[in-house]
Amino acid sequence: MKVTLKIWRQPDAASKGAMHTYELDGVSEDMSFLEMLDVLNEELNGKGEDPVAFDSDCREGICGMCGLMINGQAHGPEVTTTCQLHMRSFKDGDEIVIEPWRADAFPVIKDLVVDRGAFDRIIQAGGYISVNTGSAPEAHSVPVPRDDALRAFNVATCIGCGACVAACPNGSASLFMGAKITHLGELPQGQPERDTRVVDMVAQHDHEGFGGCTNIGECTAACPKEIPLDVISRLNWDLHQAMRHGH
Amino acid sequence: MTDMPDTTLTSDPSHDEPGDHGDDAAGYYTPGEPIKDTKAPTGPIDERWQTRKFEARLVNPSNRRKLDVIIVGTGLAGGAAAATLGEAGYNVKSFCYQDSPRRAHSIAAQGGINAAKNYKEDGDSVHRLFYDTVKGGDYRSRESNVYRLAEVSTNIIDQCVAQGVPFAREYGGLLDNRSFGGVQVSRTFYARGQTGQQLLIGAYQAMERQVAAGTVEQFTRHEMLEVIVVDGKARGIIARDLVTGEIETHLADVVVLASGGYGNVFFLSTNAMGSNVTAAWRAHRKGAYMANPCYTQIHPTCIPVTGTHQSKLTLMSESLRNDGRIWVPKSKADCDKDPRDIPEEARDYYLERIYPSFGNLVPRDIASRAAKNVCDEGRGVGPEVDGVRRGVYLDFSAAIARLGKDGIEEKYDNLFDMYARITGENPYETPMRIYPAVHYVMGGLWVDYDLQSSIEGLFVTGEANFSDHGANRLGASALMQGLADGYFVLPHTIRDYLADGPFEKVAEDHPAVVEAKKAVEDRVAHFLNTSGTRSVDSYHRELGNIMWEYCGMERSEDGLKKAIDLIRTLKDDFWRNVKVLGTAEGLNQSLERAGRVADFFELGELMCIDALNRRESCGGHFRAESQTEDGEALRHDDQFAYVAAWEFAGDPDSGGMGTPVLHKEELVYTAIEMKQRSYK
Repeated sequence: MKVTLKIWRQPDAASKGAMHTYELDGVSEDMSFLEMLDVLNEELNGKGEDPVAFDSDCREGICGMCGLMINGQAHGPEVTTTCQLHMRSFKDGDEIVIEPWRADAFPVIKDLVVDRGAFDRIIQAGGYISVNTGSAPEAHSVPVPRDDALRAFNVATCIGCGACVAACPNGSASLFMGAKITHLGELPQGQPERDTRVVDMVAQHDHEGFGGCTNIGECTAACPKEIPLDVISRLNWDLHQAMRHGH
Repeated sequence: MTDMPDTTLTSDPSHDEPGDHGDDAAGYYTPGEPIKDTKAPTGPIDERWQTRKFEARLVNPSNRRKLDVIIVGTGLAGGAAAATLGEAGYNVKSFCYQDSPRRAHSIAAQGGINAAKNYKEDGDSVHRLFYDTVKGGDYRSRESNVYRLAEVSTNIIDQCVAQGVPFAREYGGLLDNRSFGGVQVSRTFYARGQTGQQLLIGAYQAMERQVAAGTVEQFTRHEMLEVIVVDGKARGIIARDLVTGEIETHLADVVVLASGGYGNVFFLSTNAMGSNVTAAWRAHRKGAYMANPCYTQIHPTCIPVTGTHQSKLTLMSESLRNDGRIWVPKSKADCDKDPRDIPEEARDYYLERIYPSFGNLVPRDIASRAAKNVCDEGRGVGPEVDGVRRGVYLDFSAAIARLGKDGIEEKYDNLFDMYARITGENPYETPMRIYPAVHYVMGGLWVDYDLQSSIEGLFVTGEANFSDHGANRLGASALMQGLADGYFVLPHTIRDYLADGPFEKVAEDHPAVVEAKKAVEDRVAHFLNTSGTRSVDSYHRELGNIMWEYCGMERSEDGLKKAIDLIRTLKDDFWRNVKVLGTAEGLNQSLERAGRVADFFELGELMCIDALNRRESCGGHFRAESQTEDGEALRHDDQFAYVAAWEFAGDPDSGGMGTPVLHKEELVYTAIEMKQRSYK
């Protein structure tokens, strides 16, 4: 099939960007979306034009490195990552608009590549359980009800891609934060730091320039791992409790 | 069977003489002095690690913050080491090429992690995990290292649970286990099909905690391009900031490479796009021996190739073999039929037929080669690519009938979804199609028991080293090794080295630093100034085809010699004719790939030389000349029970590969008897 690509090109963070149009022929439906961009880049390279910079690594939907706004939707029309999106989701003659994640807290580095370092800093603020190597008790000493473990797992599947932020009109990272707070808060091991965790993570989140949550729900709709919206309720509940405890 | 003398039993003393199995690689290498691991204590195998931990010198806590440790890579081995050494109070600098440590490719491991907890009371023990790992590795690993791995496996589970890793649990709240390829006990801990992700996030969070504590400084989007060696000791690295393009010097008391495996030398593999050998190869060029580079694991359960646009292959977890049955039609005439229309009696469940006691759970190398054989016979399924159907069925209909669709969904949900997205087929209704793909490398930089390479002060952990898996790795053992090295082994062994530090400061204008930095700058300039006509990817793809064809699932003397010629010719062309656009400043992804592919060329050549030298079949390395009458791998312990440690003998800064020097480390088993593997 043949597609028309409108792609955001921006040489570096300091320069102004603009949309550029490319025609690409010979696209097979078995190609992944990123393989389609690989083909475009081979063509551009052949013509002496700078290839389009975009992030990807595992290309199996788990590392969270890739992420594009495709026709205005984070990761495109399917509930999956950009790398797992295949061209069979498009048809011959389609026009496809490709942009980087848009958020103040994710500045553009080049073309479709953005800086998501803010996510690391939110985790640094408290997204962990403090246990030094070697100091752990026997694994079976603390049984965890199966349903709690399952709930923790289901939200621990967050890949930190940033689609939630890109989809949110407020540029909020509440879904990302809520997923971590729920993952650790569901487990007995996560209880001792539950109050400080939420307070410190939220403070860092706000400091990074992410917006607040107004319950729109675009985040969960865009999430390739289907993290449910109620992790944000859990975040708010934990924050409220922590404040009542004097934090 | 093509070469009778090779298959003769070794009881005939004349067959113990050197050269008996040919010196296929004569002329391609120079024999060197034997090499030895001098760090593993002697004595009973179950006391060696305790002894080493006790004898390894301690570093006073107040001295630790004066000691700088560089760690390259943030996967399980690197992330866990950064966290642990940070907690201990060392001054750690951590590097990764991705935008966050959490992206390292350990994250993609699906199936699980082994540990000798014996929670199922099914006869498991440290000794059995040790035994299974040595046997699975086809008696080509170092027994002291493997025993230690089995020993610390139980600590890993404790640590991860305490970090909040949400392993699967039973209704009583205790941890669940499953059995995994090649073993008969249930010792694999798992988090649905995302175990690697959950373990890596655990290590990542522990590391980020140390970033907050100020003991770990992280450098993301940084790629190590050279190691700095001063007076024989590793003292730092040259790294490129991938965003600004700046070539940076980072100095330290010790350098740890946890940079993963080099499966991408095949272009198509299950590795991440960025996975590369550059960190390890630059160290190799500076004196670190590369051990058993030809030991490659071809994973049996990947989604088949669909066409030439393909950029990577996707693994379907081996755990699927617990419930899926592998088959092809008995008759070629049925190969293009809808599999659901092929009656039971017309199906060949070939693994169950050939290996009745292990069936679909035979080790990876055996399952992969069996799939290749049935496809070579013309009984493959799925679309034809280049005239051959390269696929076999992995059928869940019996398991769905037994456990219900819900039961299968709970176990494999994300894998089934992924398969459906990639192929457009629903695996709940029609059998999956799978085919082997390059997945993991057992080879890597040579290390002693302390995980120190042949360069003093350069330690190597995880997939980047060679030490624990021999010629074939068992399923769910990569995660175990990465975390064992990072959490529990390296932090103890590195202190013995650091006890002599802090070492004298190295100045940034030291000749060794200046030379390393200049080498990197020259290489970058060369790629940008070549103004050739071919893209980096096109070279990489062609190299990958050569490797897959001649150094893949089956290797032969003629094929390997041909591959070496092809690689050398292509490499020359690459250096003269590659086309890299853009500048050295700023993000330039073609430039990054050019450097990686340049190193893959040299690695590929060494892999072929190593495979040529090893005229035996063992684990993942199958030489056509060395097989039994029924086509099974045949080892030659009298000739090849050694680790092949290759020394770089070219000009370290430029020029070609030279003629590599082969150092042999004899493998001695005291706690285990060498046997020919049988899974029948």
